[in-house]
Amino acid sequence: MDPFIINTLASIVATAAPLIYAGVGETLTEKSGVINLSLDGTILLSAMAAFAVALNTGSVLLGFLTAALIGAAIAAIVAVASIELEQEQVAVGFVLTMLTADLSSFLGNPYVNRPGPYLGQYTLPVLGKIPLIGPIFFQHNWAVYGSYVLILLAWWWMAKTQPGLKLRGVGERPESAFARGVNVNVIRYLYTLLGGAMVGIAGATYSLVVKLGWSHNHTAGNGWIALAIVIFGGWDPWKVAGGAYLFGALKALGSVLQRNPAFVNVPTQIFSTAPFALMILFLALTSSGLTDRFLEMFAPPTRRRLENLIRGRAPAALGRPFRRG
Amino acid sequence: MKRSTLNTILWVLAPIVSALLFTALISVLVGAPAVQPIFEIFNGALESPQKWADVAMAWVPLALVGAGMSLTFAAGLWNIGAEGQIILGAIFATWVARNIALPQVPLLTLIVLAGLIGGAFWGLLTGLLRVYARVHEIFAGLGMNFIATAFIIWLIFNPWKPARGATMSGTEPFPPAAWVPRLGNTRLSLLSVALAIVALLIAYFLLKGTRFGLELRAMGKNIRAAALQGIPTQRHMLSSFTLCGAMAGLAGALQATAIYHRLIPRISGGYGYAGMLVVLLAGFRPIWIPAVALFFAIVGVGSPRLELNMQLDASLGGVFEGAIVLFVLLGAGLRKRLNKSAS
Repeated sequence: MDPFIINTLASIVATAAPLIYAGVGETLTEKSGVINLSLDGTILLSAMAAFAVALNTGSVLLGFLTAALIGAAIAAIVAVASIELEQEQVAVGFVLTMLTADLSSFLGNPYVNRPGPYLGQYTLPVLGKIPLIGPIFFQHNWAVYGSYVLILLAWWWMAKTQPGLKLRGVGERPESAFARGVNVNVIRYLYTLLGGAMVGIAGATYSLVVKLGWSHNHTAGNGWIALAIVIFGGWDPWKVAGGAYLFGALKALGSVLQRNPAFVNVPTQIFSTAPFALMILFLALTSSGLTDRFLEMFAPPTRRRLENLIRGRAPAALGRPFRRG
Repeated sequence: MKRSTLNTILWVLAPIVSALLFTALISVLVGAPAVQPIFEIFNGALESPQKWADVAMAWVPLALVGAGMSLTFAAGLWNIGAEGQIILGAIFATWVARNIALPQVPLLTLIVLAGLIGGAFWGLLTGLLRVYARVHEIFAGLGMNFIATAFIIWLIFNPWKPARGATMSGTEPFPPAAWVPRLGNTRLSLLSVALAIVALLIAYFLLKGTRFGLELRAMGKNIRAAALQGIPTQRHMLSSFTLCGAMAGLAGALQATAIYHRLIPRISGGYGYAGMLVVLLAGFRPIWIPAVALFFAIVGVGSPRLELNMQLDASLGGVFEGAIVLFVLLGAGLRKRLNKSAS
């Protein structure tokens, strides 16, 4: 196959990796019934911190760890505010988005446009040698491989394990989970922090892998896309990953078109913002009444399968605090 | 003083003090003095009549967006799309300024109307996405913001590019008849301030004094109950999105014709998102919006001083604003919780 096509496909896989971390992380959080809306700011702050720590210590691993801790810390504020203080989760998340974005600009100022360490490429043995599949999926780095493992692990955890069943119960019907002896709020804390840590890792994956270094508003917009992908993916890790790859493909398409002489007059900003807009429109289309009418053309069993494929239901208790008794 | 009054004052002061401490901590973290940056911000905004005029100038879009958002928030809607609505208002106003030759007064009237219509149109689209396509308004609004951003850049770089070539500094200046008159040698226009005050009054009386406002607030409390009582929730949602859009669009038109005298790519200046913080800090009560918007305007005008005088990034001002809103929200939750466990 044309090496250009292989390279493009490989770049889609790489650009999707941070969105997979953020999207799957947020899926785990929302499955427990908590919305962490702060993703756009959390990714910015953790990306900045990961780069700063890696630059100062020379350790990329420490950069990733710092980013995970920062993501978990911001998520902890969301958790306390929504679980203990019963504040509007969307409000707290939005304020945190703005606050952490400004923090990243302020604290990250000395690191703007500086060259620094990054996560090196590591071709997986055997798998990397497979024709076609190897160059597309297995000639990347540990952060990208980690994103594959995360999809599998999150799916297996939620669909096949006892704790995963508890997690879903807490997000769907917290009262009956509580009646069965599940400590609802402890589970919510756990998954909010865990999800937040993954959002932090998404930030590090930008500044140390996909979009190297730091600049003001380095990753701005991607957190919102990750949040949209969670809905797009219907709170299912596989489909969330699918959304991340779709977004990566839209971005790649943009940069291919941008080099095409026919579009030489179109400003580059159009190509960089269009994928964001298209993603949201896609979301609008799948959840609209138009899709209802489309689905009605099929017999009920097919309809249900199709509907499950393109649409997911939010956890019933999403955004609602749980009060004992 | 009654004990409850003292109590309330403490609950108001505690978040402000916490936000000041947090900002000082962040400042120390980069090796800067702890307290001086805050003073620089306030000095920078209040040192001269010229700066007071700048503060009033920055207050206008915050007050307009705040007034509009108090309507959508009342209905329980997270209208994050004001940024795009500001942009569309500015685009519509620019079209009038570039294409219609009239004396100043009728031209400015048309420009204001165009701004209202442009923003209302964009707000209505967001509302339609919410009501008919069932996209959560946060994502509908964001999507519309992205589209508006792409649209304004395309306009500035293609059909409206200046003769000397397109740049990020925007279109050619408008003809002078399309400039809103300014006060003395400041950049402030009294017309803008007056229009913002009118918008605040309209929002206030709509919410407090009309059936429409009452029904919006009922929707905000419990949308299902409101629908069961026969309130036309979908129509009211569309109306509140449209009204909010109109006010944000007016802000955009005024940014273009009163301040820059041209269309620039960053015409919205982040006022759409800042306006959201204003409404959150005002606790969704329109009566508090003028004061909170003034505070945000002061911090916004004073922050660039950090760069000039202390070589610090101006975003510390945003950190301070965000920290205040966050601590106020956390404080309100804590107070509620303590009251509950006491009773």
